[in-house]
Amino acid sequence: MNKKRKELIVSAISNGTVIDHIPANKLFQVIRILDLEKSDKEVYFGTNLESKKYGRKGIIKISEKYFEANETDKIALVAPTATLIEIRDFEVVKKSTVNIPEHIEKIAKCFNPNCVTNKEQVPTKFKVIVVDGEIKLACHYCEKNTSQNNMVFY
Amino acid sequence: MQILEIAAEFEKEPHQNLLNGRVIASLFFEPSTRTRLSFESAIQKMGGNVVGFSSAATSSVQKGESLKDTILTVCNYSDLIVMRHPVDGSARYASEVASVPIINAGDGANQHPTQCLLDLYSIKKTQGTLENLEVTFVGDLKYGRTVHSLVIALCQFNTKFHLVSPVELKLPSAVKRHIKEANLQYEQYTDFSEVIPKSDIIYMTRIQRERFPDPLEYEKVKNAYILDNSMLDNSRENCRVLHPLPRVNEISVDVDSNPKAYYFEQALNGVFVRQALIAAILGLK
Repeated sequence: MNKKRKELIVSAISNGTVIDHIPANKLFQVIRILDLEKSDKEVYFGTNLESKKYGRKGIIKISEKYFEANETDKIALVAPTATLIEIRDFEVVKKSTVNIPEHIEKIAKCFNPNCVTNKEQVPTKFKVIVVDGEIKLACHYCEKNTSQNNMVFY
Repeated sequence: MQILEIAAEFEKEPHQNLLNGRVIASLFFEPSTRTRLSFESAIQKMGGNVVGFSSAATSSVQKGESLKDTILTVCNYSDLIVMRHPVDGSARYASEVASVPIINAGDGANQHPTQCLLDLYSIKKTQGTLENLEVTFVGDLKYGRTVHSLVIALCQFNTKFHLVSPVELKLPSAVKRHIKEANLQYEQYTDFSEVIPKSDIIYMTRIQRERFPDPLEYEKVKNAYILDNSMLDNSRENCRVLHPLPRVNEISVDVDSNPKAYYFEQALNGVFVRQALIAAILGLK
């Protein structure tokens, strides 16, 4: 009964990727960073779905889309619990968790408006750190930390 | 530590013709008195030549030139670049594009590493050691980049920290984390006088009016962190008063003649430390 109900809530896709186990409060941030508003593919999403592990979760299904490393890095930074499920011909062909990268380049902007990366044409570089359980981006140049809520991606 | 040892050699013999006509660029994209003059004095005492500018207004920046283009151009004319720039991270970026070494003479609100070195040199010289000292920081501990750098550096030397500031200008938690990670002690105070007898070093800083959103709050605290001569009566014999300068009114002028006042000698030490840094970077020492 439960399984059938879930299928009704979020439609199945024939080919593409399901991003599961997104923290419910991060769903719209994930949609934003992946620029899904501009996607011309079928996109389904649900939030506040029941999750045994996390209580409430979000889920996104995107047709005809498979993610590159720089995109999974972005997902990991805002939704480190997310799972990526690749679907081909309605079958699950690969299931993986996202990994928080140690370093990122040219993915996110520095939150400090006086950072050289925001004043000159300088590509950003960050070390990814975890402070009191929260992921932060430590800028290679200005040394300021950008917290999850302030992350803006290119 | 090696830089501090070389600086001591320069203090004994400041005029050494090590640069022998080499050209050092002094690029000050924002004005500075002590840092620029002490660098230029250091270069000239070592027999070097200085080219450069003392404000962005007299450089091609005003015509819209990028930092990268300025640095790449100046590399053609110099053996080393000393730069101060108002943008955070500018010195590190310059070091990545430059073909000659870059010395950071202050990058925005981020770092001022040569000030930190001269502060360490001054502490070591006056106390004979950097280990196991009680160091009191007074004033604007939130925004003062020299305070942040020195606190982080002193975490290597088993320092006990006394942090005196208005509530609005406490040391940021990111800097306090360095103290905790080094398993060292710190205490925070809003009252200045009780901590003076416990201090080996009193590091004074200026409280700036513009740091307070409410001018009334500034008026309440502006006189609470002024050091006058009588306050040093109960201080330790070895206690010394430091200040990165410029001072406004946070140290009364009557302190200047007290042997425990050390801020002008501290500024002189900046020349020796900068000589040491230039010599070490160019492989001359």
